[in-house]
Amino acid sequence: MTGPAAAVVPAPVLSVHELRKLYGAVPAVDGVSFAVRQGECYGLLGPNGAGKTSILRCCLGLTAYQSGRIDLLGQAVPAGARIARQRTGVVPQVDNLDPDFTVEENLVVYGRYFGIDKQTIRARIPELLDFANLSHKIHARIGELSGGMKRRLMLARALVNDPSLVLMDEPTTGLDPQARHLIWERLKQLMARGKTILLTTHFMDEAERLADRIAVIDRGRKIAEGSPRDLIRAHIEPQVVEVFGEGATGWARTRGQSMVSRVEISGETAFCYTVDAEPVLHELALRHGLRYLHRPANLEDLFLKLTGREMRADW
Amino acid sequence: MTQRCPPDTGLAAPEIPSRVLAFWTVPRVSRRFFPVWQRNLLVWRRYLLERVLSNIVEPLITLVAFGYGLGAFLPQIDGVQYLPYLAGGTLCVSVMYSAKFESLWGAYSRMEVQHTWAAIMNAPVSIDDILLGELAWAATKSLLTGAVMLLVVWALGVAHTPWALLVLPLSFLAGMSFSAMALIVNARAKGWDTLSTYFTVVVTPMIFLGGVFFPLSRLPSWLQEISIFLPLTALVQLVRPLLLDRVPEAVGFNLALLLFYALACYFVAVGLSRRRLLR
Repeated sequence: MTGPAAAVVPAPVLSVHELRKLYGAVPAVDGVSFAVRQGECYGLLGPNGAGKTSILRCCLGLTAYQSGRIDLLGQAVPAGARIARQRTGVVPQVDNLDPDFTVEENLVVYGRYFGIDKQTIRARIPELLDFANLSHKIHARIGELSGGMKRRLMLARALVNDPSLVLMDEPTTGLDPQARHLIWERLKQLMARGKTILLTTHFMDEAERLADRIAVIDRGRKIAEGSPRDLIRAHIEPQVVEVFGEGATGWARTRGQSMVSRVEISGETAFCYTVDAEPVLHELALRHGLRYLHRPANLEDLFLKLTGREMRADW
Repeated sequence: MTQRCPPDTGLAAPEIPSRVLAFWTVPRVSRRFFPVWQRNLLVWRRYLLERVLSNIVEPLITLVAFGYGLGAFLPQIDGVQYLPYLAGGTLCVSVMYSAKFESLWGAYSRMEVQHTWAAIMNAPVSIDDILLGELAWAATKSLLTGAVMLLVVWALGVAHTPWALLVLPLSFLAGMSFSAMALIVNARAKGWDTLSTYFTVVVTPMIFLGGVFFPLSRLPSWLQEISIFLPLTALVQLVRPLLLDRVPEAVGFNLALLLFYALACYFVAVGLSRRRLLR
């Protein structure tokens, strides 16, 4: 943290070193290290149960861990977690808005937990609600809000203390596509304002769209790290042909195998990875029983390659 | 759980492992308990009328029905009619109910159903602060109930000296004891049933052992021995004489007992709640 290097390279906003967290004898987090730099959006990508939420809870000082070291905004966690939380915003996975209050009251009440007085918050509410696209709902009760509105209100609530770092646990899980896009757009606005963001997600497209860098987490371990594009380029052939339907896996194991550089079978689907998809597409066009989808490689493929499992299957 | 640390990873080790959260250290509270109290007050104000009505109706019926109905068949107790005798006890039961309901069903719902506590803990507010806020709020409700009941008692023509106003601080103190006990149960509750069981097994019997309806001297002596250490008994011993224009006895002991329940149970509730929520 200190020393001559500190003057040149700013200290990371959050650094996690060799974090290990057990539940009983079961490791939930098993030696994970990463650092979130000022102004970036860092994504923890992994299936449900991979340990993402445990990592966040450790970072916030809300649970003990067995070994490793965490520094959040210059504070050792959990000892200094409370001080660090003063400048952190959290968007939780489950809805924990106050159902007895209006939208406005939720923000006022939450601001008080940070020691912000009513007048100061009141003055900031128009801006927060405008950001969350909820200005017209200022006096609505929580029960009158849709799922997407609630999530946006939780996002606004996480900003009441003007945090340096925003932690988001699965920010769009359970939302319909339209609501997800609205959240994504807001997160990009936050990034444009220079906020540092740490998010967890099990959605590949979300990680690919939002995160500058990601760590792929599986079974409590970090199995890859880098920018989504670099990771895909480094590990995966650029073209993917997914083949499904009657006899797809059989075809892939025999004929398909010879035409592409790599085949992965997951369930009833064969994933054919290749630099040049032309030959295999040509072949598939002649086989009427088989259906297929041609697309560029994505993080899903990366996960499949690294773990041998489809991420989708895990949740 | 935190004691079992595997060997360190060899990195620049922090002095005493900062990664350990101790569950059984002295509660560390800050001013941030106050916004928790404010939050609960705001909810309560929203449902003010219903809450006050439910506070008055039941004890009023108890007082009138037992006081006049049963009282007509009774000789004097402790030198007074049954209704004035019963007034103090009924007030104390209401004070107890207020704190218990708030710290059982109210707190459990905020902890497990609405996840309100989880939201608060993401802010710089500790679980110790949250429990203190809950404790202070439950005691405030006991105070409000005590005040409303005092008006009822006055309206029925009981209590004639300003000393009766001491019932207010006593209600607050006792509310803290009742709440702290309930928060222990809350921290260990597996579901709503745990709360009901505690109510049936501990709270309700306390009414019969606490000298609410009849003097403690009517109990078998071994039960009396137990009874004098119950917080409800302590409160009744202090409140009833004040409402009968008399001077309470054993003031020091009863106050100390209430304070002890409040502090000791708060300490235990904090430890158990940390263990439940910080895992």
